[in-house]
Amino acid sequence: MKILPVLLPPASPQPWRAPRLRLRHGVLIALGLLCVVGAADAQGTAAGRPSVIATLWRWTPLLLEGFVFNIAISLLAMAMGTVAGVLLGLGQVSQARPVRGAAWFLTQFFRNAPWLVLLFFAMFLLPFEFTIGGVTIPFPGWIKATIGFALPVMANTSEIVRGAIQSIPHGQWEAAESLAFGRRQTMWMIILPQCVKRMLPPWMNLYSLVTMATVLASVVGVTEMLTLVSEVHAAEGGRPELLAPLYGYALVCFFLYCYPIGRLTVLLERRFQVRI
Amino acid sequence: MEAFYEWFRWLYEATGINLTIFYDAFDRNRMISGFWMTVRLCLLCIFFSIVIGVVGAWLQGSQLKWTRRAVHGFIALFRDTPPLVQIYFFYFGLGALLPRVDNAFGIPEPILTNVQWAVISLSLFAGAFNVEIFRSGIEAVPKATVEAAEALGYSRLRAYIHVVLPLAVRICLPALNNNIVNLVKTTTLAYAIAVPEMLYVTKQIWSDATNVPEMMVFLLLAYVFLVGCVVWVMARIERWLKVPGIGL
Repeated sequence: MKILPVLLPPASPQPWRAPRLRLRHGVLIALGLLCVVGAADAQGTAAGRPSVIATLWRWTPLLLEGFVFNIAISLLAMAMGTVAGVLLGLGQVSQARPVRGAAWFLTQFFRNAPWLVLLFFAMFLLPFEFTIGGVTIPFPGWIKATIGFALPVMANTSEIVRGAIQSIPHGQWEAAESLAFGRRQTMWMIILPQCVKRMLPPWMNLYSLVTMATVLASVVGVTEMLTLVSEVHAAEGGRPELLAPLYGYALVCFFLYCYPIGRLTVLLERRFQVRI
Repeated sequence: MEAFYEWFRWLYEATGINLTIFYDAFDRNRMISGFWMTVRLCLLCIFFSIVIGVVGAWLQGSQLKWTRRAVHGFIALFRDTPPLVQIYFFYFGLGALLPRVDNAFGIPEPILTNVQWAVISLSLFAGAFNVEIFRSGIEAVPKATVEAAEALGYSRLRAYIHVVLPLAVRICLPALNNNIVNLVKTTTLAYAIAVPEMLYVTKQIWSDATNVPEMMVFLLLAYVFLVGCVVWVMARIERWLKVPGIGL
């Protein structure tokens, strides 16, 4: 007898779900890294030099100090970029045509330029000191780098703000108007508070991108974690087998910082999801 | 053409805007080679990252728990670490651990050049994002469509090839678009390991001719142009693949 396909049981009763990363996966990643370190270790200790793990442990305070500096840069750039970006985003939904056009142009320009190029832009074209009324304010490299990171943050925040404002149902505007709210009042008291919820997940995503971008500052000569990594490598005699563990160490630091942010973003997204 | 180049020399003498890349043949050739290097880097990385994405998405749908977990770990690792550190890790870290081979002159050389390492690490970085993009595309294909295909007697593989994939590609095109634009911008990171791409060449030129502002503006415009090209091509592909009824 020929079995008709209709009579077969359904192929996959369970909908497919993305696996979650749990503690044991972290342990596995750590084990994999240990293997790399171990392989390097076997080469290193043969000549009677300190082991790789001991070396990493010895330099941990310095490297973590560099990492904290990276985070400080990212927080500062995020703060500056967000303030400027909210203003620019509000400009993008302004009723005045020239304001809207200018805000749109600035947003697109800084959003489509590579981060590294913007960083070069800020580093080379900003003065190293300002003189205001006879007072000279020094402008060290790391502040210029922070401004360089704040520019793309500004443009991306602007797009997030615009998207959130436009995603609020039109009825909200009309309801506010019928209650005699002015445009500015509607924006600040009704629309923006609702936007915060929608903007939070993409904004956190952006923050994790900024954190990962801060290492670019080492390319333009700001001393941060990656600079310290290469300095540590030089201080240890420039052994080539040390490079993989050292850069792996930096990778792990950033992973441990950015992965929870990513998880939290997904959780928030799920919680704020509008069920249709 | 010569008159066009000479006009920039005149521009320099008249206004001080020094665009050596037009009137100086040496700088011009450097710039052109840098531009093509960036284009080549982009095309190679786009190709390999899409391959990684497709294979990863396929592996993530596998029945084996550990395969899925491995793919998930790969995605998490490459998404949540800085691409620059990844490039350094690959080029300096792994590059130093690999054995060296003798070249034609008997001088030991690394097996992989910096360009190859840049392609590998950037492809892995972009590929990690592509896996997620393709997976979400496959998941977004309506279940009823798959069931309809099964009812018509398609086997699972056939239904996957002829029904699910063509629809999934169309669904995930906008996200893929975004990722490719990001990838084009990320190729500037290859500068850090001395790949002679556009940023690297520009830096050399402005070190020689001390025309930082002009070259900066030119560089930004060049990248805007490149990103514009990518967006245009992707929009063409999107229109070409458009199926009435699968509107998004």
